[in-house]
Amino acid sequence: MKLKQLSIFLENRKGRMWNALDVLEKAGVNLRALSIADTSEFGILRLIVPEPDRAREVLEEKGFLIKIGEVIAVGIPDQPGGLNKILGILDKSSINLDYLYAFVEQNKNRAIVILHPEDIDAGIEVLKAGGADVLTAEEVYSL
Amino acid sequence: MIWNEEKECMSQEDREKLQLERLQSIVKVAYENVPYYKKLFNDAGVKPEDIQSLKDIEKIPFTTKTDLREAYPFGMFAVPRREIVELHTSSGTTGKPTVSGYTKGDLEIWSECMARGLTMVGVTEDDVIQNTHGYGLFTGGFGVHYGAQKIGATVIPISTGQTKRQMEIMQDFGTTVLIVTPSYGLYLAEEFADEDIDMEDLDLKVVGFGAEGWTQEMREKLESKFHVPAYNIYGLTEIMGPGIGLECHVKDGLHIFEDHFYPEIIDPKTHENLPDGEKGELVLTTLTREGMPLLRFRTKDITRLKRGKCECGRTLVRIERITGRSDDMMKIRGVSIFPSQIEKALLKIDGLEPHYQIIVTRPGHLDELEIQVEASPELFSDEVKELVGIKKKIEELVHSEIGLRVNVTLVEPRTLPRSLGKAVRVIDKRDVGI
Repeated sequence: MKLKQLSIFLENRKGRMWNALDVLEKAGVNLRALSIADTSEFGILRLIVPEPDRAREVLEEKGFLIKIGEVIAVGIPDQPGGLNKILGILDKSSINLDYLYAFVEQNKNRAIVILHPEDIDAGIEVLKAGGADVLTAEEVYSL
Repeated sequence: MIWNEEKECMSQEDREKLQLERLQSIVKVAYENVPYYKKLFNDAGVKPEDIQSLKDIEKIPFTTKTDLREAYPFGMFAVPRREIVELHTSSGTTGKPTVSGYTKGDLEIWSECMARGLTMVGVTEDDVIQNTHGYGLFTGGFGVHYGAQKIGATVIPISTGQTKRQMEIMQDFGTTVLIVTPSYGLYLAEEFADEDIDMEDLDLKVVGFGAEGWTQEMREKLESKFHVPAYNIYGLTEIMGPGIGLECHVKDGLHIFEDHFYPEIIDPKTHENLPDGEKGELVLTTLTREGMPLLRFRTKDITRLKRGKCECGRTLVRIERITGRSDDMMKIRGVSIFPSQIEKALLKIDGLEPHYQIIVTRPGHLDELEIQVEASPELFSDEVKELVGIKKKIEELVHSEIGLRVNVTLVEPRTLPRSLGKAVRVIDKRDVGI
């Protein structure tokens, strides 16, 4: 139920994100989802890719600073209030979110939300109990 | 082990007697053979006969690097040029290089001092010394070489650079002693890690570091990377080169070979002599140098003296590690700061790689200090708030060390320049014009 996420440290400098993605392109790594957290000096590029360990290897070879962490992916109907329902479940159980990002899956009329709660196991538990559609890693990688 | 027990373990009384004899003699030689010293003494109204005690050395005016530059190239020599068998120049870290000339006797003393120093860190005739100090005008390479040969150790005179070859030789030749600058040592350690070579699999037993200042924190970093003890080597081209002082296994300061060099500590501003234990600028007088005697040479190096018998058995005075140079001191908003203070604060953070750069700017009317630090896997967190927290923590540690607010920037690994010789730590972008 947990998904591997790649986090890349990037200086806030011209071309740094391009450099990282260029490495992945050359290695034939396709991106499933992406988000960037930025400050004025640096950013953290977060990626969901089908082969996180291989992606990490090719990036590290090029000197990038990488961490692999875990996140949760939840499928929601692509309609108003879809995300709110998920947030409601977490809120009721007092589970704090560090961050989230979402993308729409075009042909299925579904959106996928990537969630990073402070406590990932508790997060999965309450989401499932609340009836959320928690996706497996394979489901997301094979999208 | 002690190379020259008679000289290194002398009683203070005997040593002072020897020092005075030698001082009187070298003052006379300098006065009679170096026009610069004749003029200096005459202008100050001092005569060689006025030196009746060691304390009388204070009557002699200082010699500075500027004086040596003005005497360029051979104006400081006390012997005819044909008696000079080797020439070196300083690295020119702080400007135009200065020339140093050696007679055969001087090279003998140099070898003796370095042999004592290398013995101090445990080198014997069975060792294989990989000398990464450059062979050339820089004194580092030759100083180590002469000392090692005097001991009878095997020297690999590889000089700096060719990092792949350094690693290969270290493995194939079974190097037991590595002589390196702290910056190049760090670089080598990184390259080893990249090649997945475990330092513990090498035959290294000791690393000697010279040519640039480093902190105790940097020593700990280097020791943890190399898995062997790391020792400090002190020297400067003007006086001789490496071998003026070295650390023994007690690591409580560097023993100065006082039978050849007479150390004093002065207040760099008032030029007054300071008592033992007080911090100030090191002033050195060569007691035995033939080719180029130097009297009261201002080294610009900031340290303090510690007397008394060391646990190792030597009675030689010790200098504390050099904590800065009176000329690499930065004046930031009127506060005097040495890069070593910043290094000390930075290396208190676990996982921080000892690569940093200090950038001084003056965007408006006030000086700003930016410290660029390389992020490392240990420091990197997926959470922005944690990364900002680390940055704040570093800023606070530096603030408490130097008393000024600084801005810390985390940069990507391996993006700060690596140095093969002396690292450039400070980039001062302030407009120096008035």
